[in-house]
This record gives sequence, structure tokens and C-alpha cells, in this order.
Amino acid sequence: MAKTTLKRVHGYLAEFESASDVYHASEKIRDAGFQRWDVHSPFPIHGLNEAMGVKRSSLPFFVFFGGATGTLTAFLLAFITQVEIYPTVVQAKPANIFTTPAFFPIMFELTILFSAFTTLFGCFAFMGLPRLNHPLFASKQFKKFSDDGFFICIEARDPKFHQAETKALLEEIGGKNIELVEDEL
Amino acid sequence: MAHSATASSEAPAKPRILEREPLVLNNRSYAWITNRICGIVENRQPALWWWLFVPSVFLTGIMVFGFVYLISTGVGVWGQKQPVAWAWDITNFVFWIGIGHAGTLISAILFLTRQKWRTAVNRASEAMTLFAVMCAGLYPAFHVGRVWMVWFLAPVPNANAVWQNFKSPLLWDVFAVSTYFTVSVLFWYLGLVPDLATLRDRCKAGIKKTLYGIFALGWRGGNRQWNHYEMAYLLLAALSTPLVLSVHSVVSFDFATSVVPGWHTTIFPPYFVAGAIFGGFAMVLTLMIPVRAIYGLHDLITEKHIDNMAKIILLTGTIVGYAYCMELFMAYYSSSKYEGDAFLLRTLYGPSVWTYYAMFFCNVIAPQLFWFKWARKSLLWVLVVSMFVNAGMWYERYVIIVTTLERHFMPGSWRTFDATWVDNWTFIGTFGFFLMNFLLFLRFLPVIAIAEVKGVVPQSNPHHDDHVERGVHELQPGVFGNPELPNKA
Repeated sequence: MAKTTLKRVHGYLAEFESASDVYHASEKIRDAGFQRWDVHSPFPIHGLNEAMGVKRSSLPFFVFFGGATGTLTAFLLAFITQVEIYPTVVQAKPANIFTTPAFFPIMFELTILFSAFTTLFGCFAFMGLPRLNHPLFASKQFKKFSDDGFFICIEARDPKFHQAETKALLEEIGGKNIELVEDEL
Repeated sequence: MAHSATASSEAPAKPRILEREPLVLNNRSYAWITNRICGIVENRQPALWWWLFVPSVFLTGIMVFGFVYLISTGVGVWGQKQPVAWAWDITNFVFWIGIGHAGTLISAILFLTRQKWRTAVNRASEAMTLFAVMCAGLYPAFHVGRVWMVWFLAPVPNANAVWQNFKSPLLWDVFAVSTYFTVSVLFWYLGLVPDLATLRDRCKAGIKKTLYGIFALGWRGGNRQWNHYEMAYLLLAALSTPLVLSVHSVVSFDFATSVVPGWHTTIFPPYFVAGAIFGGFAMVLTLMIPVRAIYGLHDLITEKHIDNMAKIILLTGTIVGYAYCMELFMAYYSSSKYEGDAFLLRTLYGPSVWTYYAMFFCNVIAPQLFWFKWARKSLLWVLVVSMFVNAGMWYERYVIIVTTLERHFMPGSWRTFDATWVDNWTFIGTFGFFLMNFLLFLRFLPVIAIAEVKGVVPQSNPHHDDHVERGVHELQPGVFGNPELPNKA
């Protein structure tokens, strides 16, 4: 039996010439009311969030709790072991609640450590990484994004997506090499 | 001057806007930047790479031999004895950990202060940080004597259910250094992800592509990703900044919380931090000037970068000089007999007086050359001063640790320290280990942060063209780095 490959449209990919072009094109797509689309560029373009209407990352909110967990962990680790279960008296230094300042360096370090881990893993989670493949990687031209290419991809999942109209919009705002990217099912 | 103020007498003179030197010379394109940096990884290495790599592997072998010999024979093969129990091990530990600090300073503090020139040097100096901390970590591990017991440092109860002493600066040190290393790795890796994707997209299918692909995590450079990425980078920079200041402060607490004369001063934390940045920048220059020449990175690491780093060396060197003088002043002003004697022994009649003057010359006198522009512009002089600083910072730790311990409270226990051949070769071996790691880094990973450098070239500003259209460039010549306009007066 011959193998049939089912394909699903992922979206339209269009190339733009410069950071400036892609910036102005983004403003137009934003104003057209698209939601599921993205700009792919070799470096973060300053101010593009506003041009795309993307909200500021909420990562700091989570990192705060990560850091607070670190502080608490360090305090409990030091306090429980030094004061509660095994009071270590070295050089006649007492072991009680008033020795807490001696735990500050470790509380500080673990705050940073836990925050850093929350930042990295939180960031990957928000970015949807790691993933081994992505429909866009099927596009031959897309790999230019990591060199000097600027791309806009409007996904088919977007409620406003319309095969002909979206293509026309991308052409109108100056997109080149417009390509329909498909995803194998 | 190409665009001096030519305002007529009627119109008020427009304020002249100071131009910045371009961060990437010769208006290089994105593709040029990618090719030049990825080319280092993709092309064959120059012969010099092999000439450095083979000896450094050999030296690494000597380091490993030194440690194996130590474990199999006993800690007595190192020269330390009472009262100089810390000897070279802690000297070398503090020396190496200090080297690492410039990397984090460049990547974190200069990032927070929006110093965009950092982009060309941050990747290599972060790598340098990691390798230096690896070298540093070996010393305390072996200094404990029975190295197989080094897990006693981890916060788990040992065989007698005795927990670590959380009130001890030595345990703070364990936490500080291991946190520092871990956070540096995370920071470095996050910065690498977009560049690994660049390497992935340039490779032909094969094992290299697979490996770069795995480590690039499927990066697609989408702005929704960059949004979180930039926030994460900012957060890690904000976290690393107090971290880097705390690590060397904690290292200094190892000394400052003791009662040993010559160590027991509150100036230690800022003094150590400034010294670490000082020594670290010298090492960055020592590594980057040859890398720039060998791989032809003159357009990316410009004279401006070297000039800036030389200025930081001048600043931190002068802070260190101030700390040396302040130590002497405190010894005099405290009227503490022991403190005063400690410094008289260091500077006038101790057995290792010459190391104090070697330190003072290398760290305080030599960098003063950087007040002169010609010295900052000359690669040879920058390299010479950096070498002096590298040596001087080692002497500083030697002076603090060894010369202080040689002459303790009780004259009856005074003994002079002599390094053994194992001390010497193990230390030389760590340089081989450091260099080997750095050379492997050059071979397999992009030495300059590609994505970040692309972000600082003028055409990356999305409003770059707008201003040209509106003619704003007539008012602000060169500010936006328009290639048609002369950038420098």
C-alpha cells in the first residue's frame, strides 16, 4: 500500500530585508488584528514588542518565588541543622536564633542559585523549548534567520488567517519569497 | 572636522552631539559577522592553535600527575606546614577565582549599565570565568587533605550525623563558589543558545549538526522567544551582579573573620573585589589580544574595546593601590602592636619583603601607564602591563597568605615557607588546564556572541532608516551610524 503523507498548513512565511522593514510590517500585522504570528530575526530587535503588541515577559514574577524558596531553604537548612537537631558549637559561637546573621551569606547564595534556575527553566518553558523539530525547519529559506534573514510567519491557527488574503497582506507590506509552510501529520 | 557647527549668527547654536565610536568597524554586514565568527569553528585551526594546544595538554597531564602524586603519597608533598598551613593552595585558589570575576563583570555589570561594547568580549570572558573557577575549585578540594572526604563539604550529615558548620566562612565559601560556578554556566549557556542555532543552521547534516541542534534546543529566533530570552538575560545579569561581588567578599571573609594580624580588616571585601576585577581584566586582555590577532577579529574587537578595558585596569589598579596604603595606615593608626608588626614584617624586614614590592610595582605602579593614551593604544604595552598585573595579583595573594602566616603571634613558631616541586608543577599545570579548555572553546564554540554583536550594529535599530528619510542625520551626524555619513570627526 502506498504511503500517503497528510499535510497540514502551518502558515505563511515571508522574508523582509531589514530590521526596519520587519518592524514596520509588524505594526501593520498587529493593526490587522492577527494573534498567532511571530517575527524571526537573528537578534532581538529593539522595540519590536510594542510594534507586535506583545506583552512584557512575566518571568520576573516567577523568579521572585524561586528566589524566595531559595532564601527559605537556606534558612531552614542552616537553622534546623545548627540550632534544632545538632547545635554545632565551634569556637564558642552560640547556636540560637540570634546567630541567624551568620547564615546570611548562605541564604544570599541560595537565593541567587534558586532564582537563576527558575530564570533559566522558566525562560525555556515560556519559549516552548526545548523541542526537537518545528514545521518552520522544513522551509529551506528559514535557516537564514540565524544569519541575516528577517521573517514573519503568520500561522494558520490564527482566527484571521485566510490563505489568499494573508498572502496578499504579506505582499502588500513588503514581504518577499512568500512561502506556504506545511507540516507533515 | 567634517561636521563642525556651522550655525549662522542668527540661529542659536545647536548643541553638538558627542559621537560614539562605532562598535563594529567598516560597516560590516550581518552575514560578514556570522561568517567571520563561525569560520573560526568551521575552518581548520591555524598552526599556532596546535602549537599551544599540545603543550597545554601536556601541562594538564602534569597537573593531573601532581594531584595523583599528592593523593597517593600524602599532603606532605606540598610545602605547607605550621604555621603556613594555607600556603600556595589557597593563594592559587584566590588567584584563579579572582581571574574569573572579569567575565561576570563584563557580562553582568556592564550589561546592566548598558555598556554595549561588552558584546564583543563577553562570550570569551565568560568562558574564561568558567575555566578559571574550575582551576580554582581544585585547590580547596585537594587542600582538605583526604580528597575522598571532600563530600563532607556538601550539606549532608556525615557518618557521625554531624552537620556542616553554617557559621563558618569556609562553608560560606563552598556555597559561594559553587553557586557562582553554576550561575555562570547558566548565564553562559543562555547566551550561547542563539549562536548554537546559527552553527546548527550552517552545518551539513551529520553528527555536528545533531549536537549543535540538541544544544540549540530548537531555537527559532522568534520575537516571542526573544522577549522571554531578553528578560531572562536581564534577570541573570541582575542576579550575577550581586553574586560576583559577594563571591569575592565571601572569599575575603575567610581571612577577615579570623584574628590573624594583617587579615583582620574591614577593607578586605571591597579590596578583594576590586583586585579580582583587576586581575580578571588583565587575563581577558592577555587572552583576547592574541585571539583578535590570530583570527582577524579587528573589526569586532576594536581598539576602543581594548582602550576601555585598559581604563578599567587603571581604575581598579588604583583602588587596589588605595587598599594597600589603607592597610598600612590602619596598621599604624590602630596602634595594635601585632597589626603594626605584621606590616613591618611585610614591608621592611620579613623574609619575603621582595614579594611585597613585586606586588606593589606590578599592581599599582605598572597600570599607571594607562593614564597615557599612547600606552592604551599600543597593543604591546597593554599586553606587557596585563602580564605585570597577572603576576602582581598572584603576588598579592602570596603576600597576604604566606608572608602573613610565616610570622604569626608567637615567634617560637615562625617558619619560612618553601614551595616544593609538586607545588610548582601543579600550579604550572593549572595554566595548561586553563589554556587547554580555552583552546577547545575556541575550536568548538563561537568566541564572540554573534547575536549580540549583530544587535549593536547601526542597521539593527529599526528606526535607523526613518531618521535618514526625515533628514534628522543633518542635525545629528553619525549618531545612528549611517554608513553614508562619516562616523568620526
